[in-house]
Amino acid sequence: MRSGSWTIAGLVSLAGLLAASPLFAEDTTPRCEVPAYLLTSESTLPKVADAVKNGRPLDILVIGSRSSTIPASEASAYPARLQAMLKEKLPALTVNVTVELQAKKTAEDVAAGLSKLLEGKQPVLVVWQTGTVDAMRSVDPDDFRGAVDEGVVALQNAGADVILMNPQYSPRTETMIAPEPYLDNMRVVAQQHDAPLFDRFAIMRQWNESGEFDLFSTVRGIDLAKRVHDCLGRALSTFVIDAAHINPAQQN
Amino acid sequence: MTSVADRIAEPPVAETADATRRDVDLAPPAPPTANSLAHVSGRELRLDLFRGLALWLIFIDHLPPNLLTWLTIRNYGFSDATEIFIFISGYTAAFVYGRAMREAGFVVATARILRRVWQIYVAHVFLFTIFLAEISYVATSFVNPLYSEEMGIMDFLKQPDVTIVQALLLRFRPVNMDVLPLYIVLMLFLPLILWLLKWRADVTLTLSVLLYAVTWQYDLYLSAYPNGVWAFNPFAWQLLFVFGAWCAQGGAKRMSRILASRITLGIAFAYLLAAFCVTLTWYLPQLSYLMPRWLEQWMYPINKTDLDVLRFAHFLALAAVTVRFLPKDWPGLKSRWLRPLILCGQHSLEIFCLGVFLAFAGHFILAEVSGGAGLHFVVSISGILIMSGAAWLFSWYKYSADKSASRNKSTIGNADMAGGSL
Repeated sequence: MRSGSWTIAGLVSLAGLLAASPLFAEDTTPRCEVPAYLLTSESTLPKVADAVKNGRPLDILVIGSRSSTIPASEASAYPARLQAMLKEKLPALTVNVTVELQAKKTAEDVAAGLSKLLEGKQPVLVVWQTGTVDAMRSVDPDDFRGAVDEGVVALQNAGADVILMNPQYSPRTETMIAPEPYLDNMRVVAQQHDAPLFDRFAIMRQWNESGEFDLFSTVRGIDLAKRVHDCLGRALSTFVIDAAHINPAQQN
Repeated sequence: MTSVADRIAEPPVAETADATRRDVDLAPPAPPTANSLAHVSGRELRLDLFRGLALWLIFIDHLPPNLLTWLTIRNYGFSDATEIFIFISGYTAAFVYGRAMREAGFVVATARILRRVWQIYVAHVFLFTIFLAEISYVATSFVNPLYSEEMGIMDFLKQPDVTIVQALLLRFRPVNMDVLPLYIVLMLFLPLILWLLKWRADVTLTLSVLLYAVTWQYDLYLSAYPNGVWAFNPFAWQLLFVFGAWCAQGGAKRMSRILASRITLGIAFAYLLAAFCVTLTWYLPQLSYLMPRWLEQWMYPINKTDLDVLRFAHFLALAAVTVRFLPKDWPGLKSRWLRPLILCGQHSLEIFCLGVFLAFAGHFILAEVSGGAGLHFVVSISGILIMSGAAWLFSWYKYSADKSASRNKSTIGNADMAGGSL
């Protein structure tokens, strides 16, 4: 990340803040509107809350498949955007987001390799994005649930809070990939282990329906992906702060 | 147009009158009246009506969510149109081929069933070809970096040799193409089911329940290609099919007292209401805090692959209420407004395939033309109109063909024709 992109990120988020205030409601720049219920969770993030309270660095590990990045533009992908947003909202804190990409690996593959992934790391929060590869290969949903269950337990035992993130909403491939069983099972596991579920699928579908983004678009350029990931990072940062019950105002 | 449709809705099957009066009895038989040919022929228009409805709902459910999606029953309870479709298919198949078995013997009936299986198989392969065409197009025209991962689904195009063979073996099935393979397998076992039903109907149903229980206990399944399992597990879904067949072979009649009881009705309503409340929390997540946690942990996930007991029970409750409040001789069944549904139900294989094709086409249009909710609605409605029009055409053709056949004094009864398509 170069300083230029930081400036832009700052401006973008500033614009976002302005857009959020009713006075400037008609202002342009990405609104990323998400209904409140999609950004709140009954489950909490006690480790994150603790780290914030004691001013310890907030180390976040994102484990995900290829939809956790943008080809050739990693700095615009949602993990980097999450880091920027959190720094913006919690300026007193050190925030480090690292990404472990597990391309083409099912939940079972990833769960088996978790201990190795965590070696030498002590993240406060792990965001585990999964389900896409399993849905594409139509893995038995029961096996999938077992693997996610196992992975969440392993991560929690390693001392981290866990957020589960489900697949993207992808209208173009709707006739080829059936994500429902995997969405359902992730919801079940999240509930069983009190891990907040970031419902990326519902959020993106909401954006598509409200006209915020045209996800059917056949544009080959990278612009749409960048804007969607920016909004995802923004939504995820709100989600983390909400689930950890942090009041950003107190941090300033 | 109405007059032709009127005539063809009641199939020209005078020779079946006796057999059918013995067999079809979900409600007490109504006294035949001069203009109620349906009663004389014994044709259960309710079955056609609800199978037609199931076909429409399956079509709508296969399209991206839109306004009409809110009319489909899966939004109001656990079960969906698939349960209705499989149950009624079991019912009609047993009805038609059961009669054939009594009249022409086991071997001939089996041969007819196998011919039907072949038809369904060919239909499936035809749909697969259309699917291939669609996704090959998407694969070459759609390169959005946001979805570079999801596009990996096209990878199978890189080895068409394996994929196509696996598709012919029914092991590679794209999304939305799972019902026909299930149906093929169920139909393959129909001769055995019918033979058992003839021997001891209740034992057959018990065996079916046992197989269902064993499936859940020992996790039986059919594997799919490249990995995973059949989206509709035949070992579990056979329960609905056999239950339908059992009803057709007199089970419904024997159950009529249970169905008429107020207690049954009360339980059914209570269950439907409870299921409705639960589904409400799926679509209004704001309400989900009202759900007790223990209930969620016990209930979820509701397994469609293995026909969850909750789904089966929901279907039973729906059926009990329907049978109670929609009598066999309900005049509305003759109404021209319900005619399109009934016609679709009478040509279920053709209309099912057409529905899957139209759903593909609808996806395609919605993807190419960014039209919004209005276009969505138009696509759904046009699909239903096309399905109804096609069903009307099939009926007209069949009616004409049968008429000329009888003029030629051909006495070869056609079981497929007589009792509906499946």
